[in-house]
Amino acid sequence: MERLADYIVYNLPFLQQIPRVIVDLIIMLFFATCMLLFWVALFAGITSWVERRVAGRIQSRIGPNRVGPQGFLQWIADGLKCFLKEDFVPAAADKKLFLLAPYIVFAGMFAVFVVVPFGDGLIISNLNIGIFYVLAISSLVVVGILMSGWSSNNKWSLLGGMRSAAQIVSYEIPVSLAILPVILLTGSLGMQDIIRAQGPYPWQWFAFHNPFTFIAFFIFFIGALAEGNRTPFDIPEAESELVAGYNTEYSGMRFVFFFFAEWANLYIIAALTVTLFLGGWNTPAHLYTNLFGLLHRSVDVAGTFVFILKSLFLVFVIIWIRWTLPRLRVDQMMDVCWKYFVPFSFANIVGTIIWMVLADAAPVLGYVRYILFVVGLMVPLAIAMKITRNFRLAKSEIHLNPFI
Amino acid sequence: MATTASTDAVPGFRGTYFGRIKNAIISIMEGMSVTLGYLLQRPITIQYPDRTPKPVKDTLPERYRGILELDMKTCTACLACERACPIGCIKIEVVKDKETKKRYITRFDIDIAKCMYCGLCVDPCPGGAIRHTNEFEGSTSDVQYLVRRFVPPGERIEPAKPKKKEKEEAGAEGS
Ligand code: SF4
Ligand code: SF4
Repeated sequence: MERLADYIVYNLPFLQQIPRVIVDLIIMLFFATCMLLFWVALFAGITSWVERRVAGRIQSRIGPNRVGPQGFLQWIADGLKCFLKEDFVPAAADKKLFLLAPYIVFAGMFAVFVVVPFGDGLIISNLNIGIFYVLAISSLVVVGILMSGWSSNNKWSLLGGMRSAAQIVSYEIPVSLAILPVILLTGSLGMQDIIRAQGPYPWQWFAFHNPFTFIAFFIFFIGALAEGNRTPFDIPEAESELVAGYNTEYSGMRFVFFFFAEWANLYIIAALTVTLFLGGWNTPAHLYTNLFGLLHRSVDVAGTFVFILKSLFLVFVIIWIRWTLPRLRVDQMMDVCWKYFVPFSFANIVGTIIWMVLADAAPVLGYVRYILFVVGLMVPLAIAMKITRNFRLAKSEIHLNPFI
Repeated sequence: MATTASTDAVPGFRGTYFGRIKNAIISIMEGMSVTLGYLLQRPITIQYPDRTPKPVKDTLPERYRGILELDMKTCTACLACERACPIGCIKIEVVKDKETKKRYITRFDIDIAKCMYCGLCVDPCPGGAIRHTNEFEGSTSDVQYLVRRFVPPGERIEPAKPKKKEKEEAGAEGS
């Protein structure tokens, strides 16, 4: 980003008369707006449609398919509807906090995009404390959610806000601890450095690096789901208990902001998991030169493509989990965090340290990653086998065409 | 994940620490393969009304009891249907012209909103004049539009002459 600003200022001499801080600020604002409009908004909107379509098919329904081709414009219709609705503030609400809360949630989510990489060199700011920044800034979301729950002056909202705070604060611990093995292996907190320390092939990814990172990968992914209030950890907004949780009293645009943050958060979870554990934008060099040799070397199109593809696959997995697993109870959620994830993530850190020392002494341990990769491959294989068995037993037929 | 300590009261959820983790992994995988299986199957939704392969009306069974229909040409104004209807949704008015000694139907209303499609009015009709159709889409903007008026207000219609032969046919046709 700084390089880009340098480049723009260098090429447009009239900008040199304006103080550099202001120029930087304007450039930043411009790119933040672009990011918001062309990536976050589009992603959040389209995912809301994709999620409902996937949910429909999982439940043997079709899902929205009337607005536009195959219902693709449904999200625009929904957004417009919320735009036109009254922005209602309850009489007994703490007005200032109530009005501010959605923006804080949104800002906490959106600020994470500063360090989310998209490709080699495609990152808004390659902070040297990248992942630490994510952990710090995403805590702002808790403040916003608690604010909205408190200021609504409604017991459902308050309960939702409280639960959310308890949940996010608890899961912050295993998530941070699950990131530590990766940081130990990389020796850097920067997102691009973490990606560079991995390789293009699955067995070079951190998820399969050693048994401890393998476990850390699952802890991080599940913990991130909990932090993002996704099912099976959607206790803060449990529809069947709390109406809608912390956003019960919100309507119109402010409601959209909450949902916007939630869906954009899906991408953040996926992108962070891909960055930390699944190799990021690494592509085999020959693919790069053969396929995209025409393009300029500094634009890593293949890498960006691979990165976004992996992220979108994880987004699909998150949606798939949401429509499979029932919601946990509050005590179960706390059990999972404190009795299972926290001890395991501590063991992971110690284990990774020992592993690093041992791997220096005995290079044979490097082959463990192939074994782990095969183990990881077993998961989709087992699921495929179970599906085949279920299909055979139910005598059902595969229908892949999504256009109905 | 579903198998945590506090669910000890539920049989089958008990187990050792690692046993529960194993249970969680296996059951989650099992569940996820079930849902993915459904994702790959054809949805069972029938997209009524506009995206069905055939109009739903044509797929109904032959003896489907839909909205009632009346053939004024065969109705003899015997009032059997009005008497048979348990909720009185059929209203027939017959006047007798004093000079010509002829009977005329001045009103024949069936209130579809009240009708429960029991078919009791269809059975006694001697000429098979009143019968069910396979029409079932009765929604209107106002409930009063559901009163079907077979004699336009202000007009009078001469009923058909009862015939012996038709009576038998009507019996054979049934409801
Ligand atoms: S179908 Fe039954 S309820 Fe309807 S008009 Fe005939 S007798 Fe009355
Ligand atoms: S519809 Fe049939 S039963 Fe009713 S009055 Fe006419 S002939 Fe009689």
